[in-house]
Formats: sequence, structure tokens, C-alpha cells
Amino acid sequence: MSANCDELEVSVWRGDRLSGHFEVFHVPAQDSQTILDVVSWIQQNLDATLSYRYACRVGMCGSCAMMVNGVPRWTCRTHVKKVMNGNKLEVAPLRNLPVIKDLATDMDPFFDKWIAAEGLHHPTKTRDEPIETINPDSTMRAEANAGIECINCSVCYSACDTVAGNVDYLGPAALQRAWTLFNDAKDSGQNAILEAVSGAGGCHNCHSQGSCTVFCPNELNPMKAIAELKKATTKSFFKKRV
Amino acid sequence: MIRKHRAHPLWFAYALHRLSGLALALFLPAHFYILSKALTQPESLDNFLTLTESPMVKLAEFGLVFLLAVHFLGGFRLMAMEWLPWSDRQKTFAAVAVAGAFLVSGLFFLRVV
Ligand code: SF4
Ligand code: SF4
Ligand code: FES
Repeated sequence: MSANCDELEVSVWRGDRLSGHFEVFHVPAQDSQTILDVVSWIQQNLDATLSYRYACRVGMCGSCAMMVNGVPRWTCRTHVKKVMNGNKLEVAPLRNLPVIKDLATDMDPFFDKWIAAEGLHHPTKTRDEPIETINPDSTMRAEANAGIECINCSVCYSACDTVAGNVDYLGPAALQRAWTLFNDAKDSGQNAILEAVSGAGGCHNCHSQGSCTVFCPNELNPMKAIAELKKATTKSFFKKRV
Repeated sequence: MIRKHRAHPLWFAYALHRLSGLALALFLPAHFYILSKALTQPESLDNFLTLTESPMVKLAEFGLVFLLAVHFLGGFRLMAMEWLPWSDRQKTFAAVAVAGAFLVSGLFFLRVV
């Protein structure tokens, strides 16, 4: 085999918050190679100044997401072979977030919105009280169980065109977190959550385009969670009226 | 622009709903204007109505009925998604809405030609 067949042509975004461009690198192809392997290889062998972010390398921490050939993906679990375009790859920082440098984005807006959506624990008990037993078969627990698999990777947030069009929109991950806690018997924040998700940047902004659900690497369904929040907020609106 | 992250059925369903809504919003004022002529200038309405015999206008009518049907059925799809118990068959529902719109507008077209 010629050397060229075994070589990937990788365009990598280089730049900062204000400007940037794609830089092409040639990377040897290997079996079972992931996008993160490719990016690390470039940083270790060709340009030590390349900035990117990762931690667990096994799809648990949610820190390695990037745009790969135009779609958001968790790079540590994305095989090059599955997404390659000929022998070309394009790797860019996540969409809808400010770039810090190269492939690393500023995740602050993403996490600030978790808080804004009341995606934080509202305790029901103190440490002195006995631990509550939870029935794993209840419908509400099933909803919450589906939602806790989120790894905060921001792939859905980058896929969402409503986020792109409205900087105040809380986005799929924060809203699906809110829905998860809404169903959690150990959380007392139901009213605060409904209040937080029905405001100007809340769940009613969602156009049900479903890109969040299509791209979520952990197969969560934020679109469904948001539809359920719409239902819950509307129900509580009419309850308050009567 | 159809970028890669948009190339999936529910995004197309969204785009179709938005575009049909916009197109209908543009069409409605013209529609009411022509209708108002029945009261103000009946002769000019009659003149206009003879136009509707032309095949081009019939094709355009097919388009209008399609827009109306797809917007109507797509709206029901969204209401079902947001109000009925969740179903994972959202892509199927979107496809059914588009197929239904073709059926309605196709039948209309066959009746007028
Ligand atoms: S379904 Fe809603 S949250 Fe998900 S990508 Fe679409 S607009 Fe964004
Ligand atoms: S919902 Fe999915 S895509 Fe969104 S942050 Fe959580 S794991 Fe990532
Ligand atoms: S490095 Fe942790 S999810 Fe990819």
C-alpha cells in the first residue's frame, strides 16, 4: 500500500474568540482510530500548541465534544472510519459557544444555563432524616433515570438552531436536566423549575427540530423532555387560573 | 442553508412548516384583496376568474392547497407531540403529515383539471 492511502488529511480550526482559519495536517491512519486520537497525535507530533480538551477518553466526562465534518460529536468515541469523507476530516470547535483557542470552547454559557433552568439540587430532607425509599418502577423514576445519563457534553446545545438564533434560550441539555429533576422524588424544586423554564428563554422557544435528539451521543431525548416541560408548564398555567 | 447538522427528517419537517406558514401569510392578503372585489368591482373579479382556467393557475392552486394542507397537518403533528402522551414515532408522523398533504392537494388537482 502506498503511504498516501494510510494518511488522513485533517483540517483543524486554529484561532481564538475573534478569528481563525483551518490548518491542514497529515496524520497516519490506524485501526480503530478515534477523532480524539487524531487530534492528540497532531498535538503530540506536529504542533504542541494545539489546544483542545478531553479527560476520560471513554465517553463519560463529556469534555471532548467538537464539530467533526460539520456535526457535533463526542470525539473520544467517534471512529474515524465512520465519519471520514474520502481521506479527509474537518475538526472544529463546538458551535454556539465562544471559542477560547483552537478546539477548546468556553463552556460557561452552557453551564450557566443549567443553573438558570434550576438544574441544581433542591433537597427535600436534611442529613438527619432517614433516606427515602424510591420505587424504581414508578413512571416518574423512569423519566428521571433516562435523563441522568446526560454527560454534559454540549453536543445537543451545538446542534440546536434555536440556541444559534436566540442567545437567551436555555437549550436542550439544561431543559432536559430540569425535566429530570422535575421527576425526581428527592428534589423539591418543581415550582422553581416550572417558573425557570417557562420564561423568555424557556422551553416554549423550542421548535421541535429534534437535532438535539438526533445527535445526543448517549441517546437521550431532550426533544421529548422539552415537549413534556411544555405540557407541564401549560397545565400549571391553567391550574393557577382556576 | 442545509448544513450537515440539519440533514434529518424532523428538521425538514420544521423547515416545511415554517416556509409554508410564510408562503400562506404572503398569499392571504392577496386572497382577501381578490375576494373583496366581489363587493367592490364584480366585473374585475369575473375577469380575474377567467384567468383561473389557465393550467398555470391550476398548478399554482395545487401548490396553495398543498401549502395549506401541509401547514394544517403539520400543526396537528406539533400539537399531538406537545399534548398527547409521547410517542417515539415522530418521524413517521412527520412523513404522514407530508403524505396526507400530497393526498389532499393531489385529489384537489385531479378535480379541477
Ligand atoms: S428540539 Fe428544541 S432543543 Fe432540540 S434542537 Fe430542536 S429546537 Fe433545539
Ligand atoms: S443531552 Fe446528550 S448531547 Fe446533550 S449534553 Fe447531555 S449527553 Fe450531551
Ligand atoms: S474524553 Fe470524556 S467523553 Fe470524551
